[in-house]
Amino acid sequence: MNLTLRVWRQPGPSVPGRLERYEAADISPDMSFLEMLDVVNEQLAVAGQEPIAFDHDCREGICGMCSLMINGVAHGPMKGTATCQLHMRSFTDGDEILIEPFRAGAFPVLRDLCVDRTALDRVIQAGGFISARTGAAPDGNATPVAKVDADRAMDAAACIGCGACVAACPNGSASLFTAAKVSHLGLLPQGQPERLRRVLRMVDQMDQEGFGGCTLYGECMEACPKEISIDFITRMNGDYLRASLSAGEPRT
Amino acid sequence: MTLLRFYRSTIGKKLIMAVSGIIGIIFLILHMVGNLQIFVGPDRINDYARFLHGPAAEVVLAQRVVLVVALVLHVWMAWQLTRINRAARPQAYTRREPQVTTLASRTLRWGGVFLLVFIVLHILHFTTLDLDPTFVELDVFGNALKAFDSVWMVGFYTVAMLLLGFHLFHGIWSSGRTLGVSPPSRAPLQRRIALGLALIIAIGFAAVPLAVWFGVVP
Ligand code: FES
Repeated sequence: MNLTLRVWRQPGPSVPGRLERYEAADISPDMSFLEMLDVVNEQLAVAGQEPIAFDHDCREGICGMCSLMINGVAHGPMKGTATCQLHMRSFTDGDEILIEPFRAGAFPVLRDLCVDRTALDRVIQAGGFISARTGAAPDGNATPVAKVDADRAMDAAACIGCGACVAACPNGSASLFTAAKVSHLGLLPQGQPERLRRVLRMVDQMDQEGFGGCTLYGECMEACPKEISIDFITRMNGDYLRASLSAGEPRT
Repeated sequence: MTLLRFYRSTIGKKLIMAVSGIIGIIFLILHMVGNLQIFVGPDRINDYARFLHGPAAEVVLAQRVVLVVALVLHVWMAWQLTRINRAARPQAYTRREPQVTTLASRTLRWGGVFLLVFIVLHILHFTTLDLDPTFVELDVFGNALKAFDSVWMVGFYTVAMLLLGFHLFHGIWSSGRTLGVSPPSRAPLQRRIALGLALIIAIGFAAVPLAVWFGVVP
């Protein structure tokens, strides 16, 4: 198939960017979206031009490194799929495809389609951990966890931290990400000691990074390659209210 | 310290919006039930007005204070959150395709501004009676007949109630989620309770001007 791409090109963080037009010829429908970009980049390299910078790593939908707004949709048209798992059969011959970086004040563009998402790492650092002593692996059934809780914790833990929720949110809010990270620990017994402190600190950090607030548009859930539910945002809000009502920030 | 932290956070601001919104919804239901007495007859609704201004005057005063505080907080938090949210994406997308955003959530902010204007005009109209000098105090029935004699007034009130319906459709649903009380759902975007309540309130209010206009009031 032959496609026309309009790609955001920006040489560096403080340089203005613009959309450039490229022709992608002889693309196989079985290629992934990133492989299609690889082909375009090879052609650019042959022509002596700068290849398009884009983020990627595992290319199997588990690392959260790939991104891209494709035709105005985070991770493209396929629901529950990261860009690396999106295939060109989702498009038709002759399509024009608009490719932009994930946009948010907290995600500054580094180059072309690469954005800096370390703000999300700092949200995790603020409280996304447990302080249980580590040592030899504990016996699997030593701490019983109800099946429903285990399942819900796993649903939240499916978050790969790609930032699609932020990119898709009209408010540029990281609420779904933060909620997933708050909840996958908060649902388990091991996460209880710091549960209230965790939500306060992670939400504080989320706000400090300059993400927007949640209006519950629901766009984040639609964009999430792991289809994480906004139910976790509800849960985070409840925890936040509880934590705020409890006397001060619990120590330890 | 805790309070300041709560107030500064986006979730704290949303919680303030949710609680003040719920106060507004409770008031709306009471107000609507009061209005609907117009369909019983002139005496019934005018008696109700006299009751509110007589024996219940202190309760009404307390309720007004609560409502004004709730409204001010609601608008103030909305203003702050809107600014925070706008600042969170300094560079707009060339194209962004919303997938599930409802018309209700899209009209939330401007609809809210419209409703604020409506509330001020409505108070000047029916409470302080400043808008129309021919209005008679405590004759709610007669005033309503005068007010909704004009197609512009009927239109203005009906449009306001339509926007109120949208506002509530999103607001009722999201307040439960903001407070963290909504149970986990297989279809988190579904909102039957909010739809039902929003319809009842919007129709319940719009019924009065429309009924007067079409001459269905006794
Ligand atoms: S590249 Fe790892 S999730 Fe897409």
